[in-house]
Amino acid sequence: MAEVKMDSTRDVYGKTLVELGKKNPNIVVLDADLSVSTKTSLFAKQFPERFFDVGVAEQDMISLAAGLATTGKVVFASTFAVFATGRAWEQVRASVAYPRLNVKIVATHGGITTGEDGVTHQATEDIAIMRVLPNITVVVPCDSIETAKAIEAVASAYGPAYVRLSRPKTPVLNSSDYQFKIGKGVVMAPGKDLTIVATGIMVAAALEAKETLQKEGINARVVNMHTIKPLDNELLVQCARETGGIITAEEHSVLGGLGGAVAEVLAENHPTPLLRVGQRDIFAESGKPAELLEKYGMTASDIVRAAKELVERKAS
Amino acid sequence: MPKVVHSKIRELESKARVIRRHIVEMTSRAASGHPGGSLSCADILTVLYFHKMRHDPKHPEWPDRDRFVLSKGHAAPALYAVLAESGYFPVAYLKTLRQIGSSLQGHPDMLSLPGIEMTTGSLGQGLSAAVGICLGGRIDKKKFRVYAVVGDGESQEGQIWEAAMSAGHHKVDNLTVILDHNKLQIDGKVEDIKGVQPIADKWRAFRWNVIENVNGHDVSALIGALDKAEKNSGSPSIIIAETVKGKGVSFMEWNNSFHGKAPSKEELERAIKELE
Repeated sequence: MAEVKMDSTRDVYGKTLVELGKKNPNIVVLDADLSVSTKTSLFAKQFPERFFDVGVAEQDMISLAAGLATTGKVVFASTFAVFATGRAWEQVRASVAYPRLNVKIVATHGGITTGEDGVTHQATEDIAIMRVLPNITVVVPCDSIETAKAIEAVASAYGPAYVRLSRPKTPVLNSSDYQFKIGKGVVMAPGKDLTIVATGIMVAAALEAKETLQKEGINARVVNMHTIKPLDNELLVQCARETGGIITAEEHSVLGGLGGAVAEVLAENHPTPLLRVGQRDIFAESGKPAELLEKYGMTASDIVRAAKELVERKAS
Repeated sequence: MPKVVHSKIRELESKARVIRRHIVEMTSRAASGHPGGSLSCADILTVLYFHKMRHDPKHPEWPDRDRFVLSKGHAAPALYAVLAESGYFPVAYLKTLRQIGSSLQGHPDMLSLPGIEMTTGSLGQGLSAAVGICLGGRIDKKKFRVYAVVGDGESQEGQIWEAAMSAGHHKVDNLTVILDHNKLQIDGKVEDIKGVQPIADKWRAFRWNVIENVNGHDVSALIGALDKAEKNSGSPSIIIAETVKGKGVSFMEWNNSFHGKAPSKEELERAIKELE
């Protein structure tokens, strides 16, 4: 594989916020004592009068964001994904999603690659618990370029949004002229034997898996499903029809996230063999991101294994 | 302090009786809802909506209006009654409380009804939202004030103290909170279930300006306390309003069984007689 550029989605988030802040005086940013990690500190430095650190109080942060939004502000609220969504879930539900307020929850440290901090800090259920809420848009960018575009997109589209970013740097897959549209999945590579529907950091793994599968005569299509809600049902059903088998790949529990969402759509619209790559129904542990991804089954080779199994199932 | 004329006081007292009649009628008709805690804050809401707050029912979105957040959202019947009497929607619509298709949801829903500043009902969240509204006003250099009513049972929620800390830290002096200190919650007396005393000291410790021992059913006392809060600068203010749950209806007063239970038809008749 050619050498890939690595970039940090959270760095790009911080920089994008600053740019948005220059253009739009109504952008207000909140953080819960993690602004150095989430990179909202960049915005805080530039626009101190529009930044509030609420301290270690995620529930307060989300409802406070809702109050700010009622005054016409476009509010970004950031912390680690597990706290933004889990700790404050009912605040997201009652203060933000139900009244459909203009609050953008942009969380970093999504998934298992949070790493050494261990289970308490690894968000592996956040996609599931956010997508179940009405009125909310859920986006998981696959690289830094998509992150910038996604942040701009949710800033200009009225309503609640959840954007999940990562702790480590991730491969840059898109070029700078990439066009991002909320709710529209992207075919990253053509293929006819099956489709790998991936989100977040698993898009890179899916592309790597495709290369390996190619050598073994399996022609896999790769879709970047950056928006989990609203899900691109049309593209999914089209892929199911054209390739006859779907693999989902996400850095999240296999329950309720991308895999769950895709299973729902396929079962109702076009029943198709499906295998889900993701964290099985267990908690992980501390470790280096790469070690964890390998131990808990979220690498390119896990996708390859699932793809082969799927092809066999299709043949039988 | 400008003296509020006697006739205005009388007018507000009689308005509060109207609000109380609405509360018992609405909840009785709906055969559900929270009359006890609605009656306890009826005078507070009356003074806010018919005397203190700058608001315009014809223009509910007026950017400079004062805002009210009912953090103890279960007192929605009291809020609906003052909104209807203010002219946000027809008084006759109060009959639809909690009915399917009605904008008068069990707890306030800002999307369905003009005049509702924040969706509330899940306790503790309204106070955080009120602080957020204050900060929004501060960024825009607006002069509006934000009022919020919090319950004493609600004060067992951790989020109340998270919000209290935010308001104290950010010195949001455009915020006046009124604690509806009715001393009862669903399961019994607040002090028996999980005591919140010394409540005034707690707020002081969170860097609030505390105005205590205010009779929450005395219109003049409430006006005096609200004026005092408005004059304070550099910290948020809380008025500890001493109230009686079920106030105004003898058999509902101090009776926590009317926290979440509506008066029956017979009870309604008796209640209305007492409120005439």
